[in-house]
Amino acid sequence: MLEKALTGSKGYFAWIFALLVVIGVGFGTYLYQLNEGLGITGLNRDVSWGLYIAQFTFLVGVAASAVMVVLPYYLHDYKEFGKLTLLGEFLAIPACLMCMLFIVVDMGRPDRVVYVFLHPTPNSIMFWDTVVLSGYLGLNLVIGWTTLSAESKGVAPPRWVKPLIYLSIPWAVSIHTVTAFLYQGLPGRGFWMTAIMAPRFLASAFAAGPSFLILMVLLVRRFTRFDPGDVALRKLGQIVTYAMFVSVFFFLMEVFTVFYSAIPEHKHHFWYLFVGGPWWLVGAMWLFVALAVIGLVILVNPRTRNNIPTLAVGAACVFVASWLEKGLGLVIGGFTPNPFGKYTVYTPTLPEVTIAVAIWCIGFLILTVLYKIATGVKQERAIG
Amino acid sequence: MDRGKRNFLKIAGLTGAGAYVGFVGAEAIGNKPGKAKKKLALVIDTRKCKGDCPDCIAACHREHNVPEEHNPNFKGPPVRSSQGIKWIWLSTFGGAFHEQVNEHTGRRKDPLVVLCNHCDNPPCTRVCPTKATWKRESDGIVTIDMHRCIGCRFCMAACPYGSRSFNFHDPRKNLKAVRPGFPTRTIGVVEKCNFCAERLGEGLLPACVEACTKKAMSFGDLKDKDSPASVALRSAYAITRKPALGTGPEVYYIL
Repeated sequence: MLEKALTGSKGYFAWIFALLVVIGVGFGTYLYQLNEGLGITGLNRDVSWGLYIAQFTFLVGVAASAVMVVLPYYLHDYKEFGKLTLLGEFLAIPACLMCMLFIVVDMGRPDRVVYVFLHPTPNSIMFWDTVVLSGYLGLNLVIGWTTLSAESKGVAPPRWVKPLIYLSIPWAVSIHTVTAFLYQGLPGRGFWMTAIMAPRFLASAFAAGPSFLILMVLLVRRFTRFDPGDVALRKLGQIVTYAMFVSVFFFLMEVFTVFYSAIPEHKHHFWYLFVGGPWWLVGAMWLFVALAVIGLVILVNPRTRNNIPTLAVGAACVFVASWLEKGLGLVIGGFTPNPFGKYTVYTPTLPEVTIAVAIWCIGFLILTVLYKIATGVKQERAIG
Repeated sequence: MDRGKRNFLKIAGLTGAGAYVGFVGAEAIGNKPGKAKKKLALVIDTRKCKGDCPDCIAACHREHNVPEEHNPNFKGPPVRSSQGIKWIWLSTFGGAFHEQVNEHTGRRKDPLVVLCNHCDNPPCTRVCPTKATWKRESDGIVTIDMHRCIGCRFCMAACPYGSRSFNFHDPRKNLKAVRPGFPTRTIGVVEKCNFCAERLGEGLLPACVEACTKKAMSFGDLKDKDSPASVALRSAYAITRKPALGTGPEVYYIL
């Protein structure tokens, strides 16, 4: 099936080439970071995790969100998602790989990454995160590849895949829960010290992931003859709407708890993000609020939700809003102010942003190749 | 691939996975921390220490080859102070105890010496994914194996005292002089105060305690009633940083 990725239009190869160029630049920058140390980033003693770990956290959510198409199809026999499930599973694969890459580039000694497995430490949440993330990657690789190769041969998928698919559903929930536990179990970090961190993560993931899938389906539809259908897209739009409402609701619950109790250790982080921080951070946080509201207005109205072009706008709003909240604010806000009540401003540096963009491009490259194979096989079956 | 090979790979894969699960389980059971036999503590008398001399800091940083932020010998750009290494340093009363200080509190802006608290229940060791940092059973010192550390910085997120530093830059570049008796570090690992474990092994006091000309620091085992630390704690009212978090800090401040 891999050969399907080796043939394509000029546009396809131009896109692949453009991605490879950015990846090349990012790789060079990473070699520079390996040589000089993480001092070339904006990270510091006080904000010791930044852009990299925030991307990791956000992308775990994108990976987990595959469950939002797998669950209705396999547990509720919702036939309209038949053509979507594979796209969902194939989205989870690059998302998992990006997560792993973001962890590796954030490590001070990536040459020692194997120590996590040589010296397994069950009391460390990081250990469990590694386990569930690699497990989830494996599950989606096996499930996606097996069902697709069965489809290309025109036979039903082997029976042993079904239990793996059922296993992948709670497994998806576990990856984002464990990722939330990385944060919510730390004493003295008021911003993260909230029992609804894991539910919040899941809600925003189930909003951001399916909105990304909507946008990807629209792209696939434009460039190939493979079409999962408007009905499926509208159903995805409904899922995004519910998830985004829950996500915003959870966020407002945090705001109430923090500001009504008025405990400074919890309040100051919000103040920094929305009022006191550097202009770009405060701007990003208010943009998150604006996009969340605009997205919800578009999505809650059936006319704009069911109209595909406006649905795309709503999905884009939700995706960007979730990224701003989780891929930016969550980590920076949690570390500022520091344990001394001091505000250290973290500004991502150019090399840091370059490396992050390049990892996103690696994700897009893998996603493009997987979708190329998937749509190629599916078109063949549809014709033949 | 024929069926024989495929079955072999399946069985080999499952056996490997099973063996690994057993390995993890054994690690989990074998890794239960015991009760520390000693309880080493440092008592800082803030009536004597005004933070106006850098003696303890200089002694510690010399002892442990802690790089300077602005080394005149280093040709490259200066290390941003936010990326520097600190084992023992000066904060203020208002910083170290910021949750219980307001604008009317006296001595709010006075300097205060801070360092790793060598907690009874350290969150930093709990989160380490490679057991590169742990609390020593013999004396309760929270220590780091800098050859095991992968530089994930989870311990820095977990420490509620900001006591851990990360080698953002090559520390050797910023050393004026290297003291051969203590290892220098590499890029990408976390480090912090070790209560001078290497000196205690030779029967010496920690470098900061020895260097303090004001005799403001008392060090010793709190399980020994006659140790200097126990005597100092009995003599006056002392507090620790963020006691409500349940970490059990072993650095005390006499007010």
